[in-house]
Amino acid sequence: MSAAEQDLIQALSDEEIGEIEKEITHLNGRKSAAIDALKIVQKHRRYVSDESLQAVANLLGMSFAELDGIATFYNLIFRKPVGEKVILLCDSVSCWIMGGVDIREKIKSKLQIEMGETTPDDKYTLLPMSCLGDCDHAPAMIVGEDVYRDLTNERIDEIFDE
Amino acid sequence: MPKIVVDGISYEVDAGNNLLEALLNLKRDLPYFCWHPSMGSIGACRQCAVIQYRDEDDDTGRIVMACMTPVSEGTIFSTDTDSAKEFRRDVIENMMINHPHDCPVCEEGGECHLQDMTVMTGHRNRTYSGPKNTFRNQYLGPFIDHEMNRCITCYRCVRYYSDYAGGVDLAAFASRNNTYFGRHQDGILESEFAGNLVEVCPTGVFTDKTLSEHYTRKWDLQSAPSICVGCGAGCNTSASERYGQLRRIHNRFNDQVNGYFLCDRGRFGAGFVNNEDRIPQAGIRDSEGKYDRVSAEEALSHVADQLANSSGKVVGIGSPRASLESNYLLKQIVGEGNFYSGVSSKEQELTNCIIDIMRDGSVKTPSLAEVEEADAVLVLGQDLTNTAPRLALAVRQSVRNRSKELAVQAQIPLWQDAAVRELAQDELSPLVLLTSYADRLEDVASLSCHASATDIARIGFAVANRLNDRFTAVDGLSETDQKTVEEVVEILKAADRPLIVSGTGSQSKSVIEAAANIAWALQADNEQTAIMLCVPECNSLGVGLLERENSNTLTDLLDSTDTISTAIVLENDLFRRASTQQITAFAAKLEQLVVIDSLDNATVSLSDVVLPAATFAETEGTLVNNEGRAQRSFAVFEGAGDIQGSWQWLTNLGKALSREGFAALERIDSVTAECERSNDLLSGITKVAPTADYRVEGMKIARMTHRASGRTAMRANINVHEPKQPVDQESALAYTMEGISGPRAPLSAYVWSPGWNSNQAVHKFQTETGGPLSHVNPGIRLIEPAGNGSPQERYREVPQPRAAGAGSLALIPRYHIFGSDEMSARSKAIAELAPSSYLAIAPETAQRLSVVSKDGVEFTIGNRTLQLEVVVDSSVDDGCALFPAGLADTLDLMHQAQVSLQKAAGWTPRTTTQDKLIAKE
Repeated sequence: MSAAEQDLIQALSDEEIGEIEKEITHLNGRKSAAIDALKIVQKHRRYVSDESLQAVANLLGMSFAELDGIATFYNLIFRKPVGEKVILLCDSVSCWIMGGVDIREKIKSKLQIEMGETTPDDKYTLLPMSCLGDCDHAPAMIVGEDVYRDLTNERIDEIFDE
Repeated sequence: MPKIVVDGISYEVDAGNNLLEALLNLKRDLPYFCWHPSMGSIGACRQCAVIQYRDEDDDTGRIVMACMTPVSEGTIFSTDTDSAKEFRRDVIENMMINHPHDCPVCEEGGECHLQDMTVMTGHRNRTYSGPKNTFRNQYLGPFIDHEMNRCITCYRCVRYYSDYAGGVDLAAFASRNNTYFGRHQDGILESEFAGNLVEVCPTGVFTDKTLSEHYTRKWDLQSAPSICVGCGAGCNTSASERYGQLRRIHNRFNDQVNGYFLCDRGRFGAGFVNNEDRIPQAGIRDSEGKYDRVSAEEALSHVADQLANSSGKVVGIGSPRASLESNYLLKQIVGEGNFYSGVSSKEQELTNCIIDIMRDGSVKTPSLAEVEEADAVLVLGQDLTNTAPRLALAVRQSVRNRSKELAVQAQIPLWQDAAVRELAQDELSPLVLLTSYADRLEDVASLSCHASATDIARIGFAVANRLNDRFTAVDGLSETDQKTVEEVVEILKAADRPLIVSGTGSQSKSVIEAAANIAWALQADNEQTAIMLCVPECNSLGVGLLERENSNTLTDLLDSTDTISTAIVLENDLFRRASTQQITAFAAKLEQLVVIDSLDNATVSLSDVVLPAATFAETEGTLVNNEGRAQRSFAVFEGAGDIQGSWQWLTNLGKALSREGFAALERIDSVTAECERSNDLLSGITKVAPTADYRVEGMKIARMTHRASGRTAMRANINVHEPKQPVDQESALAYTMEGISGPRAPLSAYVWSPGWNSNQAVHKFQTETGGPLSHVNPGIRLIEPAGNGSPQERYREVPQPRAAGAGSLALIPRYHIFGSDEMSARSKAIAELAPSSYLAIAPETAQRLSVVSKDGVEFTIGNRTLQLEVVVDSSVDDGCALFPAGLADTLDLMHQAQVSLQKAAGWTPRTTTQDKLIAKE
């Protein structure tokens, strides 16, 4: 086995391979597991690196370009490193009417990062999101797996001070 | 035929068409982007919107996409109501939001489908004033430039590259305004058919890099219809010139041969015409061994004197890369018995065998268009992608016939591309590859085996026997081979339209014979059987037919004990035909070696007299492709200096020698006619294309476009008086913009119609979209196998299995699309991708020799000791060694069957050739 091949295997753990293979058994054809496989890698590593993407492509019998076309199509598959938690802040019209811009500025100054950036302690990455379907509680955002509604500057302080 | 109503006019249209096709077939205009006749509809671009009405009382209607709407009896449409026009205009305006206003510096400008469609929809004023997207462009190799900002996301590129051509390294990334078409990182596009992106892209995202280096607008190019000289497939090209240089090759539609697509060797391999090694003047070698430049007249009278006063025999050596006419004339000058075909006995034997099989006629030889119809393909010993690339692309389409069958069953129209693909998923028609090494078609093959030519032939003979027990049986097949035989038999028996493909690639007559036996055995039960046999060069089959009665080959000449004083070599580098030793010895015995060729080469270097020959771009001639189709190629421009077509040199030489019949030869047409008269097998070659006196409405056909600009200023830096344009006496084409062009002009190589400046205009030239051209014949098949006979077995000699492990390795040529072909390899862009020489061996062999990749091996051929770099390749059979065919330092290996290797002492590994493949930036 060449050094390059070994690197690729490290880009995908046995555990990940096991989970992906399990997904494949539910589906018709290995390629059909592409999105699930990317989600599995992301679950384990927060994001999908080039090396992991190549390893998944090899595992599913796809080319890098074909799989990366899928990975980059979905804005919730991350192809660059992100923090422990990803903040998805709604930038749609309802949240905008309800003061979404102020909230955005508040988060940016609270965490000292711009949109698309990660805090230096690697805790948070701030990304825009179009509509969380929570317009009756605008402005809204998701942090990690949790939804936060009716956001105010005070709520932002509370959430991030915790 | 259903009747439909469009804008109040009733039309009868073809059932099964979609509305866009139907309208284009009616020669009506309707803008579109994503639809392509070879790739069907996906409704992605929303450009061909029309209004469909429920019935006559419906006066509102609804918007539908014409390309996604089947025509059926009584349907009512409108293309020119305001709502439809407004919709189409808005679609363009949306695309223009991010499209740069860079037409003046864009290579696509002037032949841009997006420009045409923008004008056609009437969108003129941009209302968007915000910033535009800016993408980073990629380095995609020496052939193609990338400018993503121009993209309108029609998805044609990926649909062509991945879905049609099977490429895996081009994809659509991201979404919405960020959609990016490219590779996952900078690098050379892997597909051998990537060049078609230049014509498939409706705007300037993918453009021809070789054209960019000496860019000329489409309307300023002088073009003529040409035939690609890159291999035996005979693809039709439109070759274009400006300022005495060949600027580019574009596809020229021929529904029977290449359709809409070329391979990259064909498209980018014509740069040799501009090579600095071109021979511009005649030369005579003086006593010091240097060439004296002489005029054409001096050179001719010198050669005529030499020939007339020759002490011994005068021989002529023909060439499969020269036209029928040139070969014929040389034969007339030296006399039948003194003409040698210019290829080795081995190659002549293979070509003759192919002609035998084709002329037997009981099984039909398909055109490339018919290859795409096959529902099971068996390839025996031929690396299609690297020897007849366009055929490989056709075979790749054949595997999709299974999905088409499924679609027909499900009543889905075949133009519904996404639906047809979705339905079939991974189901493919069978393709079996029995080749000597890994083949580029393997991704769509249902079965592939790598074996030596002998083993391939043995499997082939056994398949024929299992299909029909009247055919010779094979003893002693291994169990694995036996299994392969059974699988192949099952596949072929189940097929409705089976196709057997083979050719000279494996250098084995047995392989070709086995292929014929299989076809004949199948034909007894299935009259739809077809056989396609590949020949190596652009006129191999033509010269084979010309030389059918006369079996003199170059090998015969080299072995001859006659005293030969003078040899005339026609467009042939003899070092590519026989060993260095043999050719050098032959040349040394000659008093005079006269060489007629276009580029300097090893044979030219030995010559006493050299006559500068035109390339395909500067002269006319007839070539015969591997299905026996004769096609004519025309001069694009006049050769510089004393350059003339070989046929002109030879006509003049014949006249100078007062050879019988030459006095009457005036024009190429008379030579073609004499050539046809001389040989029944060539009957029909005069009808391939219009003769020089052909006129349309009293006019010649213009090589330049009616918009050609600046011709009068071309030489203004030298003299403001414009010289007279050359007068073309050899064809119905004129070297001017005066004359006729367009769909009614049979020789027009310029595809243009009012409102349609891009190559998309071709539908105005066709009887129907994707169908034959209305005023051009697609060439004439000289051998037209009836395909309805009751075939007899002709071949009974089953080769004996190769003796295992005798310490020596069987030498097998591996072909390279970029590098193995003599002429295209001398084009700059192709040379950049040509491999360096190597010897590929199996891991087991490497272990025995204790070498690894990048080590050197040493071996002796004749009296030469050669060293080559080792490539360890697990797809190579133990006991075989693969060498790259056609490279200068591996030419001698072609004439050697076996080789004994040892590790080379003192080998310094080459610096990697990969360096030059990395982006310049």
